[in-house]
Amino acid sequence: MSAREEVLSRIRKATTDVKTVDPALDVPVHWTYGRALATTDVLGDFVEKVEDYKARVVRVASDGVGDAIVDALRELGATSTVLPDGIPDGWAESLSAAGVEIHRDEPQLTHAQLNVIDAVVTTAAVGMADSGTIALDHGPGQGRRALSLLPDRHVCVVRSDQVVSDVPEGIARLAPALRARHPVTWLSGGSATSDIELSRVEGVHGPRHLWVILVD
Amino acid sequence: MTTTQERLTPQPPSWLGIPPFPEAVKEELAKAEQRKNLRHATGTIRTKRLLRAAEVDNWEELRTAAAEIKDRVGRHLDTYLVQAEKAMTEAGVTVHWARDGAEANRIVAEIAKAKGVDEVVKIKSMVTQEIDLNEALEQEGIAAWETDLAELIVQLGHDLPSHILVPAIHRNRSEVREIFTTEMGTYGTPAPEGISDDPGELTNAARAHLREKFLRSKMAVSGGNFIVAETGTLVIVESEGNGRMCLTLPETLVSVVGIEKILPTIEDLEVFLKLLPRSSTAERMNPYTSLWTGVTPGDGPQDLHVVLLDNGRSNVLADPVGRAALRCIRCSACLNVCPVYERVGGHAYGSMYPGPIGAILGPQLRGLEEERDRALPFASTLCGACNEVCPVRIPFTDILVHLRNKVVDYKTSKHPTIEQGLMKGAAWVMKDGTHLSSAQTATRTAGRIFKDKWLGPMPIPLAERWLQARDVEPPPTETFRQWWKKNREGENR
Amino acid sequence: MPTAPHVALFATCITDTMKPSIPIATVQLLERLGCKVSYPASQTCCGQIMTNTGYFKEALPTVRNYVKSFGEYDYIVAPSGSCVGSVREQHAMLAEKSGDKALQADATAVAGRTYELTEFLVDVLGVTDVGAYFPHRVTYHPTCHSMRITKVGDRPLQLLRAVRGIDLVELPMAEQCCGFGGTFSMKNPDVSIAMASDKARHVRSTDAEYLVAGDHACLMNIGGVLHRQRSGIRTIHIAEILASTEKEVAVA
Repeated sequence: MSAREEVLSRIRKATTDVKTVDPALDVPVHWTYGRALATTDVLGDFVEKVEDYKARVVRVASDGVGDAIVDALRELGATSTVLPDGIPDGWAESLSAAGVEIHRDEPQLTHAQLNVIDAVVTTAAVGMADSGTIALDHGPGQGRRALSLLPDRHVCVVRSDQVVSDVPEGIARLAPALRARHPVTWLSGGSATSDIELSRVEGVHGPRHLWVILVD
Repeated sequence: MTTTQERLTPQPPSWLGIPPFPEAVKEELAKAEQRKNLRHATGTIRTKRLLRAAEVDNWEELRTAAAEIKDRVGRHLDTYLVQAEKAMTEAGVTVHWARDGAEANRIVAEIAKAKGVDEVVKIKSMVTQEIDLNEALEQEGIAAWETDLAELIVQLGHDLPSHILVPAIHRNRSEVREIFTTEMGTYGTPAPEGISDDPGELTNAARAHLREKFLRSKMAVSGGNFIVAETGTLVIVESEGNGRMCLTLPETLVSVVGIEKILPTIEDLEVFLKLLPRSSTAERMNPYTSLWTGVTPGDGPQDLHVVLLDNGRSNVLADPVGRAALRCIRCSACLNVCPVYERVGGHAYGSMYPGPIGAILGPQLRGLEEERDRALPFASTLCGACNEVCPVRIPFTDILVHLRNKVVDYKTSKHPTIEQGLMKGAAWVMKDGTHLSSAQTATRTAGRIFKDKWLGPMPIPLAERWLQARDVEPPPTETFRQWWKKNREGENR
Repeated sequence: MPTAPHVALFATCITDTMKPSIPIATVQLLERLGCKVSYPASQTCCGQIMTNTGYFKEALPTVRNYVKSFGEYDYIVAPSGSCVGSVREQHAMLAEKSGDKALQADATAVAGRTYELTEFLVDVLGVTDVGAYFPHRVTYHPTCHSMRITKVGDRPLQLLRAVRGIDLVELPMAEQCCGFGGTFSMKNPDVSIAMASDKARHVRSTDAEYLVAGDHACLMNIGGVLHRQRSGIRTIHIAEILASTEKEVAVA
């Protein structure tokens, strides 16, 4: 018998006490999916929770994004950045004008190249206020996964209409991308560890700095 | 491969060298610094977990939903596994099945050999510890590098993990510094000269040491927090970004996942991604969560494998009481509230699953043949603190008592025991009031002998275990039964 | 509240034998509050020492005897959260395991009429001020089974706060187990002692004269350490405090 057949037959033998075939009838789940929280100020909550992870958040109008990115990179000490496909031309122009060295992922940059670029600028797919989480579905403007991983500083532009109150709404918004087999990455602050005496250290392997630009 | 060959990775000690729990704790209880570290760490995380759970209005409702979803999966596991296998295969994943650890290890080694790699980077994973994958790969000439900071500390320290979430919880900063300065250079980028014991500096040393390995590795091995059956999506929840490195940079990724890790649908993730971080690290959300569904051309590993592992899980499933242990999502909240764990730490439990979850899961996964495993269900006062914090509502104390019964059946089926004799005696005494009344003659006699004098230390077998630290008030010369007869009989019945 | 409810006292084997002052105080308190108290003489034990050590077969006679002794009463009251917890959470399971469906049904029914003392006072009699007087500094240990199995909540504290003259001080780390755990203290004596000594340390830090709890077994454990240390702190059961009045002072 193959391992597959044997494991499945063990499981079937172990569950002979289960008489109802339909899983949903056998064990009802008392939960309403996709509910929003009754948060009065969703954006304010989002900002507060993201800042709680020691990430920086700035709020700007839509015509101020380019300058806000320039300011972010300057403050983070970054002189070079990678820009994924789908980043608005206007933002790239602001960066060029400010003298930032821009790298495009076309043709694909090697890991070694990405490792020495100071920063990455991306858009996002969803923001979840209650947990201060940003989700990337690696669509246009977000780049493949390595882009937002190897550079040490991540500047992430989130539109206010992308921000929902909580995780269940966030999952509902991400479900189509997940069902279309897009990889999805959730970021809640920068990387961190508490492995030595539970003393929290910000910044381990992922970008050590997360800078969020929330576009009103 | 030969056994005389030089090792590729630091040699760890063996769990098998640890005696049964009641014996193993003696050494652990005497470690003053470890006691302080554990007290501090578990105390801190307990307080923070309470705060984070209290922030969620429908926390109890979430726990119930999580338990129900996990029960639904367990009771229909064959259906969901077949569904998950189909979805993953369609998304370009090669799905393997493993009856036990040896088979899973063989599968991983064969993939590595087929790819021609002699090293792999690893994401912290309980299941690969359970099957001792690193040592199996070492035997095959393949070096497995742990990339989680705590796992790195454990690996470089020739040590064993002592906590599910923070495996190096028993180590302090100066010990970590010592391990890094003496060991890092042997296995890659050394720690910087003159490094201090500041956790930030130590973390940076780990970053540099591991960055080299991330950038050159061709293959990674992970576990998995969840597999969504509907879509074949794998989910890994982490903090440091080492997971993202392993899941993104190498060409080949093998994920070894226990068969109980399935969730039915994408929507079910909303329940678990709210519960797990708050229960585990006591954060609103862990820094990074990666979700991937098969191969994405031009992005991440192009050769994906999933090994679905049984290794005793179907045995656990076969016990209608014990199977609730398979709900576990490895958050470690039960360890952090356990007063026994807080004092003895993880090693005394003799496996990578310590604390309350280890006491109920270990003996069910491995069976009761070994004395160490038979001792584990008794490594609890049944205080029930674990029941209250468990995000999937595992009824720990019910399962502990159930397993104690199994241990008793196992032992007494071999030969009668002294304990069994005592319990049979107690059963006779407690069968009826008249029996109890006659047994009380003995305590009253003792009461007359000792008068009002408390009992101190005495070398009486068994009683000694109690009396070595506690005095005992002498029994009274009159029981309540007699008092009632004298003072109330006739008024009532 | 029912007028003069008729209560069957479940004295519990340990206090019946080792600490009769506790069931005596329970009787005096319930009578003072207008209850008629009976003591079915055939009663023995909840059986948890056997059950929790894994001896289900040996525990079964206690389930039968409990049903036989208390089956006819509407209110069964015990001065122990732990024994009540065992009756309510384990008796039906033991009967079910034995395959005796009739016993399972009976055990479930009787368990449903079984109350821990403070539950009975607050929920059935509807009193929190029982007219007690206890002019001492006291700290309260909630005991694991009262808190987490029987779930008495803050009822004991409600009752203690209403006691005249009492100086009730908070116990640090109150919710952590004292390390008794029944046969745990014999099978894992080293961990048990480590836990008991920490609990005793917290009790001493309160400068209380008395440590009060709703379970005698935990008090034996902590009190045994406190006595060995000659701490001068005594243990007392909550029934004994609540039974005390200006006229009649309970002596623990």
